[in-house]
Amino acid sequence: MSLEKDALTARVKADPKFQELVRKRTFFAWTLALMMVAIYFGFVLTIAFNKQILGQSLAGGVTTVGIPVGLGVIISAFVLTGIYVVRANSGFDELTKQIVEKAKL
Amino acid sequence: MVRQLIRSLGRSAFALTVLGSSAAFAAGAAEVSGKSDINYEAIGMFLAFVLMTLGITKWAAGRTKSASDFYAAGGGITGFQNGLAIAGDYMSAASFLGISGLVFANGYDGLIYSVGWLVGWPVILFLIAERLRNLGKFTFADVAAFRLDATRIRILSATGTLVVVAFYLIAQMVGAGKLIQLLFGLEYLHAVVIVGCLMIVYVAFGGMVATTWVQIIKACLLLGGASFMAFMVLAKFGFSPEAMFKRATEIHPKGLAIMAPGALIKDPISTISLGLALMFGTAGLPHILMRFFTVSDAKEARKSVFYATGFIGYFYILTFIIGFGAITLLLQDPAFFKAGAVIGANGSYSPADMIGTGNMSAIHLSKAVGGSWFLGFISAVAFATILAVVAGLTLAGATAISHDLYASVIAKGHTNEEREVNISKASAVVIGIIAIGLGYMFEKINVAFMVGLAFAVAASCNFPVLAMSTFWRGTTTTGALIGGFLGLISSATLVVLSPGVWEATLGYPKGSALFPYDNPALFSMSIAFFGIWLFSVLDGSERAQKERAAFDAQYVRSETGIGASGAVSH
Repeated sequence: MSLEKDALTARVKADPKFQELVRKRTFFAWTLALMMVAIYFGFVLTIAFNKQILGQSLAGGVTTVGIPVGLGVIISAFVLTGIYVVRANSGFDELTKQIVEKAKL
Repeated sequence: MVRQLIRSLGRSAFALTVLGSSAAFAAGAAEVSGKSDINYEAIGMFLAFVLMTLGITKWAAGRTKSASDFYAAGGGITGFQNGLAIAGDYMSAASFLGISGLVFANGYDGLIYSVGWLVGWPVILFLIAERLRNLGKFTFADVAAFRLDATRIRILSATGTLVVVAFYLIAQMVGAGKLIQLLFGLEYLHAVVIVGCLMIVYVAFGGMVATTWVQIIKACLLLGGASFMAFMVLAKFGFSPEAMFKRATEIHPKGLAIMAPGALIKDPISTISLGLALMFGTAGLPHILMRFFTVSDAKEARKSVFYATGFIGYFYILTFIIGFGAITLLLQDPAFFKAGAVIGANGSYSPADMIGTGNMSAIHLSKAVGGSWFLGFISAVAFATILAVVAGLTLAGATAISHDLYASVIAKGHTNEEREVNISKASAVVIGIIAIGLGYMFEKINVAFMVGLAFAVAASCNFPVLAMSTFWRGTTTTGALIGGFLGLISSATLVVLSPGVWEATLGYPKGSALFPYDNPALFSMSIAFFGIWLFSVLDGSERAQKERAAFDAQYVRSETGIGASGAVSH
């Protein structure tokens, strides 16, 4: 099985479409992952170093700046996953399908 | 009592009789001690849940024939269903009651805390979920062992899995016993035995199909109940959060301070270390990773995380509102506080004096907004939540024993599916019995640190091995093995030497802890990654060369899914 499998691996790996998929998806996924890391650690390190910023009143009432910021971090996690899913469903899946079909020939 | 219980395993009538007799027994005890009343509404609703889930277990048992059915629900769960199940695994009773209790006591700090539990999910989606589904079959060890030496890697992964499962399970069992004692008026030991027996039944008879559906039903009940509570709270303030916050700051002993970050986050090192443990620990929890094999392909795995992130994020927003609802609606009501609790200058009690401590604030709030039937409903949901989570953990542990240790390490692949599944079922029974024993032993011990420890080990052993074996060509068996065990040992050791365990749990004098931070992830993760890198680079063996050469095949499959195990249709 090994020889056949090795040949398949080599063929797929040499496929320009495979290289395109991997390049695009790797870049996209790591960008989004770093954005999430930056948002979360930006939030908690702001608290560690300068928590007064989040304790300020938002619009003169008791609601502080921290409330929309904290909720924003939660919502950003959902939005980032949504962005990835939309892009993957529309672009990456189609590319993967082409690669898999070509590999079968 | 225990023998009688075990004999009646599998008979759906057993839960009824046990609960009935325990309730009667506890009712007598409560009359004598006068400490907790029997909550008949809650018991009734919980019985309805148990009967329904036992029915599902029976149905699932009929559908569970192959190993794939037992471990992975035959790959027949949809992305949406799996998203609910994952969210259910994550929305434990501890997070529901603990986070709303933290908001009740400290306000904004509860929100900061909850955010940390969510942000690991996008990272799992971007970097782990699809590769995991493409490479693995039933456990994350399948992925790590894809091109590495199966025997040694599975010993490591199974150890990591069992350690995480053990700590998580003890924390859940002890929490369950205490919570049920309080909510239902049952004896602690009875509560632990009921939880243990039900989880054995779900897992041993219904496998992943039953475990998943129990989790989905519970997730729906919990999200529905919490939504209703948050709605009722907001309705009292004309749906104006500002009005709710204003009232809360007026009556909370901490006043305006509850609207701003407090003492939760201290120094940057602790903050980063905890953040890493939460973010990457999630990506190393075996019962969560196992769920990615219950869907048909990488696309459904991806959708699962999207839905799960949405449900979990929504749930945390609800717990924040529920915590503030508890401040505004309960803090001045003597019905929810211990007799003799002191009323402060602003006419409010101290959150810590609440009956059952501040962690019960969500439960008490359910009575305040929905009366005793709704209190019964939320109590039953809390019980159901514990059951569903421990069932998932038990299945993950049983799978590590049968699929990783037995089939690959002991039998070296010379076994059949039927035998492997039977071993898994037997393991579930054994794990259940051990969990009951440990739950009983740890009754008087503060187990709050154990979930943190589970996350630290998951982030420092399971995750580095998984990540390095999939992302880095150079990883060898020797490197993964040494680095993984270094991560496991260092994280566990540093947790024991931390102030939270050394001083608070073991009772050594303040300031004597050798490790100054409560969470070791920053250090133990670094040790694990460095160890894997170093011992892989140093590994010049012939085997290591072959392992590096085999990376291409793994790489192609992880990116495209070519050759991945597909769905089994029914």
